[in-house]
Amino acid sequence: MHLTRLALTDFRSYVSADLTLEAGVTTLIGPNGEGKTNLAEAIGYVATLGSHRVATDAPLVRQGAERAIVRAAIASGRGNALIEIEVNPGRANRVRLNRTPLPRAREILGVLRTVLFAPEDLALVKGDPGERRRFLDDLLVARAPRYAAVRSDYERIVRQRTALLKSAGARLSRGGRVAASAGPAESAASVDARSGAAPSTRSGTGPAASAMAATLDAWDDQLARVGAELLAGRLSLVRVLRPHVEAAYAAVSGDRGPAGIAYRPSFALPVPGGPPPGDTAHGDGVPGGSAAPGGPGTAGMDSMGGKGADLEAAMREALQQARPGELERGVCLVGPHRDELELRVGELPARGYASHGESWSLALALRLAAYELLRTDGEDPVLILDDVFAELDAGRRDRLAVLVAGAEQVIVTAAVPADVPAALKGISYDVGGGTITRGS
Amino acid sequence: MYEGVIQNLIDELGRLPGVGPKGAQRIAFHLLAADPDDARKLAAALLEVTERVKFCRTCGNVAEADQCRICLDPRRDPSIICVVEEPKDVAAVEKIREYRGRYHVLGGAISPIDGIGPEELRIKELMTRLADGTVTELILATDPNLEGEATATYLARLIKPTGVRVTRPASGLPVGGDLEYADEVTLGRAFEGRRLLDV
Repeated sequence: MHLTRLALTDFRSYVSADLTLEAGVTTLIGPNGEGKTNLAEAIGYVATLGSHRVATDAPLVRQGAERAIVRAAIASGRGNALIEIEVNPGRANRVRLNRTPLPRAREILGVLRTVLFAPEDLALVKGDPGERRRFLDDLLVARAPRYAAVRSDYERIVRQRTALLKSAGARLSRGGRVAASAGPAESAASVDARSGAAPSTRSGTGPAASAMAATLDAWDDQLARVGAELLAGRLSLVRVLRPHVEAAYAAVSGDRGPAGIAYRPSFALPVPGGPPPGDTAHGDGVPGGSAAPGGPGTAGMDSMGGKGADLEAAMREALQQARPGELERGVCLVGPHRDELELRVGELPARGYASHGESWSLALALRLAAYELLRTDGEDPVLILDDVFAELDAGRRDRLAVLVAGAEQVIVTAAVPADVPAALKGISYDVGGGTITRGS
Repeated sequence: MYEGVIQNLIDELGRLPGVGPKGAQRIAFHLLAADPDDARKLAAALLEVTERVKFCRTCGNVAEADQCRICLDPRRDPSIICVVEEPKDVAAVEKIREYRGRYHVLGGAISPIDGIGPEELRIKELMTRLADGTVTELILATDPNLEGEATATYLARLIKPTGVRVTRPASGLPVGGDLEYADEVTLGRAFEGRRLLDV
């Protein structure tokens, strides 16, 4: 698929902008701070309903404006589509597809698929595990939009359960007394008073610990049910992504490596009678043996799983075991929100060991692998390379350019034309002063 | 901003659920333009509802007496209780017109973020109602969202030892709707709970 038009109103620095696009390579050239990345960000927003730079929508709206509007026209094998998104910070976005309003904004996910390379990608390798989990989940949603709901449900359950653990921990540390007079009991008291049943509610309350344990059990069920679904999705994603990462790393680094990825869950996954046959090639997918000796989840872990019910049972058991520690610390310690996608170069974990160049190769390899995977699913995603060439040495720059040059559509931003490799000379636009003009 | 009393009315209306600042303004000027008798009737109804409506001591539903009309109705089957979150859910289930059992209103759902745990809900009262063995089935009709599911799970675990049959309404496709308009979660649930077509 490719974008044929991008129009912005009150988005970031743009009062309005209208850009006509074609398949092939388009380069956007302009000094820093003139709004090139804002264009890349807008395209990414249409695909993911999120920004790669900020966690909230408020910065996306031009200062002084109430809302931003992004319009994108897409041509794909399934026909043309026009997406219009009204970005309303703090409120629900309004989304129209081919002029028809969608009941939920997230139903637009999957219509435009993009893979965005940005300077921030270095954090995929050097940053917190949360960066890598987000990479996996974003890709999961791009491939199967229903995971957007799974993901947001899971995040809400974690928040609910964390709130419960914190209040429960506080109660227990106060000596296990029933917190009858503690804060939130007011609403119940008033309901009880109205129903005339006030005396019966408080008397006969069992020990605080067992009542709280029962409530935790109920949230454990939710966490395990939705968590297992998310985990199963991530495990099968890592399984299909791995060969692409290995190949992409070799290509972009000039046959250095090998590099690999392995999913490291926060609890021991079920072992279904040893690794399945034909999967031995992944035996060396075990990260270097340097990390987590005897820790949860080691050999060939991501070649199994996928069985939702087994995962759910295993997660429930792990939750039972972790409970004392969770109560003590007031944190959810088990589940996909604590998992790690481990990256490895040679025998060493990338984080902390990889050089700057190796880290860049690995970050690019992850994005390229995402691109290859989305491609094999069906349509070519739109590739966006936002200011990345300036970050790379000449070798990586040229190899990356050759790797992406064949994509259906590539949108490149750079501060100076010299940053763009020769393989990616396409239609050029100058970006500056809030306007976009066709260059020479 | 308007003169004191008008602004006052607009502010009060604006605090109601589902009424924004513009809606509040519209209602306020509608009341001003309408027959003063209409406004008086509305005021009287508001006063009456706050003074006369109580909560049923058995089920927690809204009632004008000590107990609600459903709990007082001898034709309602005392062996089935439908558990819901709010009194408005009772009205929703009553629309079926075929459910002949009784109700229990919890007064919300378990939500630790909002400080609502089982102690804040009318769960003790529910257990009391189950004690004498009359009730044989409990229908857990809490909302099909995360908090509702957690509440249903909590109750199911709590009630299991009593031997009372615990059921939950199915989630699925809206009747009379188009398949293509169903969201992916609903559709997924509906596929999960598919039935054998026995012909």
